[in-house]
Amino acid sequence: MDQHFSRSEMLPPLAPPITERGAVKWMRENLFSSPLNAILTLLGLAAIYALVAASLPWWLNSVWNAESLGQCRAIVAETAGEGATGACWAMIRERWHQFLFGFYPPDQWWRPILALGLLFVALAPVLFAGQKRNMAFLLGGIAVYLVVTLTLAETPAAAFALAVALVLGLTALSQVQPGRLLWFTAIYPALCFWLLWGGTVWAPIVAMAGFVLLYLVFRFAAPVIGLTPAAGAGIVAAVLWWLYLQGPVSGLLQGALPFGLRAINSDLFGGFLLAIVIGVTGIAFSLPIGILLALGRQSDMLIVKTLSVGFIEFVRGVPLITLLFTASLLLQYFLPPGTNFDIILRVIILVTFFAAAYLAEVIRGGLAALPRGQYEAADALGLDYWRAQRLIILPQALKVSIPAIVSTFIGLFKDTTLVAFVGLMDPLKGVTQIVRADIDWKGIYWEPYIFVGAIFFIICFGMSRYSMYLEKKLKTDHR
Amino acid sequence: MKKTVFFGALAASTLVAGLAGAGTLDDVKARGELICGSNTGLTGFGAPDASGNWTGFDVDLCRAIAAAVLGDPTKVKFLPTTGETRFTALQSGEVDVLVRNSTWSFSRDSELALDFVAVNYYDGQGFMVKKDLGVSSAKELDGATVCIQTGTTTELNLADFFKQNNISYQPVTVADDSEAQRQYLAGACDAYTTDASGLAASRATMPDADTHIILPEIISKEPLGPAVRHGDNQWGDVVRWTFFALLVAEEKGVTSANVEEVATSTTDEEVKRLLGVSGEMGAKMGLDNDAFKRAIAAVGNYGEVYARNIGEGTTINLARGLNALWTQGGLQYAPPFR
Repeated sequence: MDQHFSRSEMLPPLAPPITERGAVKWMRENLFSSPLNAILTLLGLAAIYALVAASLPWWLNSVWNAESLGQCRAIVAETAGEGATGACWAMIRERWHQFLFGFYPPDQWWRPILALGLLFVALAPVLFAGQKRNMAFLLGGIAVYLVVTLTLAETPAAAFALAVALVLGLTALSQVQPGRLLWFTAIYPALCFWLLWGGTVWAPIVAMAGFVLLYLVFRFAAPVIGLTPAAGAGIVAAVLWWLYLQGPVSGLLQGALPFGLRAINSDLFGGFLLAIVIGVTGIAFSLPIGILLALGRQSDMLIVKTLSVGFIEFVRGVPLITLLFTASLLLQYFLPPGTNFDIILRVIILVTFFAAAYLAEVIRGGLAALPRGQYEAADALGLDYWRAQRLIILPQALKVSIPAIVSTFIGLFKDTTLVAFVGLMDPLKGVTQIVRADIDWKGIYWEPYIFVGAIFFIICFGMSRYSMYLEKKLKTDHR
Repeated sequence: MKKTVFFGALAASTLVAGLAGAGTLDDVKARGELICGSNTGLTGFGAPDASGNWTGFDVDLCRAIAAAVLGDPTKVKFLPTTGETRFTALQSGEVDVLVRNSTWSFSRDSELALDFVAVNYYDGQGFMVKKDLGVSSAKELDGATVCIQTGTTTELNLADFFKQNNISYQPVTVADDSEAQRQYLAGACDAYTTDASGLAASRATMPDADTHIILPEIISKEPLGPAVRHGDNQWGDVVRWTFFALLVAEEKGVTSANVEEVATSTTDEEVKRLLGVSGEMGAKMGLDNDAFKRAIAAVGNYGEVYARNIGEGTTINLARGLNALWTQGGLQYAPPFR
């Protein structure tokens, strides 16, 4: 009989040696892969230990209930012994509302809260175009946010019911006809303005009617006199409307159908309300202006090109703080005496210009990255200039520029703290300073910075994550 | 400095253009609101509290002016101004009056075309040191490190003082008061210098206030007072005499509590004129005759304003010192009310 030996089954695989698996392997590869890396790792650990050892007691001894810094110190000394340090978050507990709303009257807090919620509703069709599931999540989240915060802010029942009904209605709309939600996005700026500043409801409606007028003039004049003259005529008509008819018409309507919210003056705005108003408006308006400037700079038309280059180079050439001082001081000199040109509006306009100039260059980078063939292909298809830009060039150029555009946005949002230098109450310096001017909290140092920094981080990190998601979604090159 | 000249010239030229318009007094009356340029937040002198109401020593003067002109101390809008924007805000007409611990100096009065109409607080630059440093006079600070805010007149005063006394120092520059306090407490500097009122406020809130002393030397004159635009004399008079009314009231013992009673019972002719009982004093500057009575009723006399905001008994605990009435050895002296 032919004897031979053969296995009938495989041996189970052995575990890799201890140095080649699990935490040990990971540490060998990542922390101690060479003598230099080992030293750096140890130094890093020592630094982390020193930081934690120095700050941990401060965090652990946090005090939440006190009426002044002195009381905080007494409580820390009592609980942790003489000489111990501790954070005094009681200051945040007492003054959080000034960090968030500035001097906005407490019984009206529901208005900025609602405006923030609706901001995300308005953004939903832009952020998640055509993705019903994501939109449903976002709008559901907003509904929950509004119900909770509006209840806490003791919203009047009518406003509460209206707000919730509006959000639920829009959620339903987003599931049935997501595209229609863009109409809400279009009217949102006027709605937001009315919610935040109050006054008669007719003022924003009549102002928006100017845009309708622009469109109508354009629509009916275009076939007769051509596109460009029609656009010009539309703009002239709208400007005339805003200059001469807006006031009387809204006054008339207010007389006939009085309806409005309590007017809130700009000097009551402060904290993150101010930062977000300036930041979001700046972001929303700087992107289209930036795109136009970038296209203008690439244009063959001499005047358009010169104006765009001049604007971009001038605005990029001066620091933001100079523009803010211009907004705050010089404009007052140039305008006729007695003109009351809202300071927040002045600041928003100049911040928008500043961001637009930077964005223009970012987008120009994206345009330059496109191969020439794309432009030629658009021409070969017989598309006119605007169609070619809209359908072929810009979608690709903007996609390439997403990381840089979002960087500019994040930078713009953080730069809103600079408005402190023109006397506005930004959260970082303005509010912190008035809190410290209170004798109860004088001498407090890290707590306001940490609180404000944490909120800024959450917002900026959110923007950054969204841009990564967007890049992934739009990735088509299978690299 | 050049920038200041430029803004000053710009301001002066627009002022000439603006003068053709109505005076500030008429503007304020027409608007029904006084716009007061205030500090962005200075302990004891002007800052909003947790509910957004402005309080403080300078703030009370604004309220007194509003009470005198408009009859209501709440009809004031406080516009926070920074060190950079304060004078242009006044010149461009964004604020009616600047009550913001600004030092009256030659160049501000002439070059910037401002009018400082009174001095509501006499301040001066001082030093704070730790007790265990063993120093009892600023002249012993040879070789010391000194915490100092950059870009202020205090920086120049400090250099002058040490140069005059032929001693050396090492400046540690800081951006603002809170940072200075932190650096000083952390031991980054031996001495901290700023206005004496600021030192007192800082010391009052330090964890171990008793271990710090404020040295006796005051090395500069800092007369702080309300400023108005150059050339609008009627408005300047209103602000000046509203302040003087508070001083006279203290001198004559008129307080917010007894003002009504004094007005009916007094036999003192000056008090009668002050409270509008006789003499038509208010009408002479375009106000109601009881304008100053309203101001006193709203905020109290100078002594009350001082005691409530920064005086002994408050946490800041500033003695009257130079700010006592002239009858009590201080500098606060109002011209006769006649």
